Amino acid sequence: MSSVLASHPVGNHESPLAGQLRSAFAAAVPALAALTITVLLFSLAVAAAGYDALEVWGLIYSGGFGGSFAWQNTLQRAAPLILTGLAVALPAQAGRVIIGAEGALVLGGLAAAAIGNVLSSASVALVWPAMGLAGALAGGIWIGMAGALRERREVNETISSLLLSFIAIALFNQIVETVLRDPASLNKPSTKPLPESLMLPPLPGLDVHWGLAIGIVVALIAWAVMRFTPLGLALRVAGGNPRTALGVGLPVASLTIGACAAGGACAGLAGAVEVAAVHGAANGSLIAGYGYSGILIAFAARFSPAGVVPIAILVGGIAASGSLLQRRLGLPDASVTVLLGFAFVALIGCETLRGRWK
Amino acid sequence: MDESSLGWWGIPLAIVGGAIRVGTPLLWVSLGETVTEKAGRINLGLEGTLLMGAMTAYAVSLATGNAWLGVPAAAIAGLLLGALHGGLCSLPRVNDTAMGIALMLAGSGLAFWLGKPLIQPGAPDLPSIALGGFTDQPAVRAALAINPLFAIGVVLAFAVHWALGNTRFGLRLRVVGDSENAARAFGLSPSGYRICATSFGGACAGIGGASLSLVYPGAWSEALSSGQGVMAVALVIFARWDSRRCILAGLLFGGASAISPALQALGFSQGYYLFGALPYVLTLAVLIGLGKPGPSQGAPGELSLNR
Repeated sequence: MSSVLASHPVGNHESPLAGQLRSAFAAAVPALAALTITVLLFSLAVAAAGYDALEVWGLIYSGGFGGSFAWQNTLQRAAPLILTGLAVALPAQAGRVIIGAEGALVLGGLAAAAIGNVLSSASVALVWPAMGLAGALAGGIWIGMAGALRERREVNETISSLLLSFIAIALFNQIVETVLRDPASLNKPSTKPLPESLMLPPLPGLDVHWGLAIGIVVALIAWAVMRFTPLGLALRVAGGNPRTALGVGLPVASLTIGACAAGGACAGLAGAVEVAAVHGAANGSLIAGYGYSGILIAFAARFSPAGVVPIAILVGGIAASGSLLQRRLGLPDASVTVLLGFAFVALIGCETLRGRWK
Repeated sequence: MDESSLGWWGIPLAIVGGAIRVGTPLLWVSLGETVTEKAGRINLGLEGTLLMGAMTAYAVSLATGNAWLGVPAAAIAGLLLGALHGGLCSLPRVNDTAMGIALMLAGSGLAFWLGKPLIQPGAPDLPSIALGGFTDQPAVRAALAINPLFAIGVVLAFAVHWALGNTRFGLRLRVVGDSENAARAFGLSPSGYRICATSFGGACAGIGGASLSLVYPGAWSEALSSGQGVMAVALVIFARWDSRRCILAGLLFGGASAISPALQALGFSQGYYLFGALPYVLTLAVLIGLGKPGPSQGAPGELSLNR
């Protein structure tokens, strides 16, 4: 499994400008090919379904990136997507393929909502960090379990993380509908709403909440840790070549479990942010598929924590255009999932082109 | 005469009936994945294949008015997705785990898109095999109304076991799955065998989907599959790559899935979601209990899952 993850070019040797341009182009070939194939395939699919492909692409652009309202919608979605992308990218740096971020996100949201309600009369300076911490802890423990099961019992973490995600969603539904249910939530079972004063405000001068800044800051910290610290190097060695890592005395088990837990913490934090900034309570709206989109985002970013940010914004924009496509053309909302799914398949398939042009 | 006349006996009865209804898709998906994995490939995308199969079967049943025509249609849809996975993974540097995840998302998205107009209308279901003719108890009759696809799946499970052990193709397929080097030394093309095995696995998963939309629950909806495709991959480990044990695995985990609706039907609704999570907990417990399966448990040597 480490072969998926170990293909990062580590340390290019010095070369003149022309050589650098050439290798930059070679590195971009798979991504460009995947983009071309995705555009062609989706255009064909849309045309076959009887829609005007150009109009669809135009609406995706205007729904995601055309104007301030679209951008606001896009960035609002990018905030959790950055964090769920990290939830996949960080374990991947240590060689673990985790696909259960959805469950960690809902549990994080639930933990944050519970803490927020317990502390609802305290000041925001206490409540917000407590909510974030509770969310991160819940998500971290959950995905950390998948990492630990791999180390201790050699249980495949891809399968176990998805099973754990289904279990998490069941737990979430059970708790929201019983123990923590707000009696006032009749049609849509929900925890008690947070008081207005505890909701995360928008960023200054923007209509986007602070979650976006939190996501970007976490991504940059993760990037810096991976890039500049011995811990980051140790993680990459443990992921790329576990035998070497053991040989030089690295604590491989702790490193990989830690990377899984860190990823889970990011997903849990995403849930906490969604509760504190968007929904105001934990309910079914948290189960929105952000965890699954995070998988695509992390793979497309080639597991670079910094690369996750622009790709999360792109995916957020495409997702944001879904409702416009539905309103204007009557395209089913799943068409956005199809576009992202095609992109994912093309992206993984085009890995075969990597390194063919040197 | 209603369920109450059976009292608490209704629960085990409903679980046995449910084990077959719910277990049939699990049987089919894990049966197909056994063959795929025996050739050394893993397909995590079967969740998407299952949904595409379910949608295709329902659409064909609706259009033709004949539910039986939906079954081969679902198999063809699954075969195509399986061949796509097998073909793409044969390219150098394309990882089968990653491609499986991608196809899981793409397949479910496509099924939801194409299946949008199918959510309301009612297509004919597959008729069940009634083994309960001897009794007037409706609950017993319902439990003994056997899913025809289950019966076919059981036969196929034994046929696959025989074919893998006794035919030239089956032996070669297992060589490919155990050691690529050995296969090359015999002049076999690993890619060819793997594409065939993955296509077969896809076709089986498609039929599993047909069981979802044409038998139980017997309609098309976006909530039709909730992880059965992935559970089945874990069940292959449980079945130790023996297609006959897939029958047992399907029944056991189908039974676990049937507990929650059985309790609810009797008006016992506490812990509904927790009981619903039972199959996932059980699957996870099995994986933890088994640990890493070795070659003596039938694990194919080339499987990336085990490396």
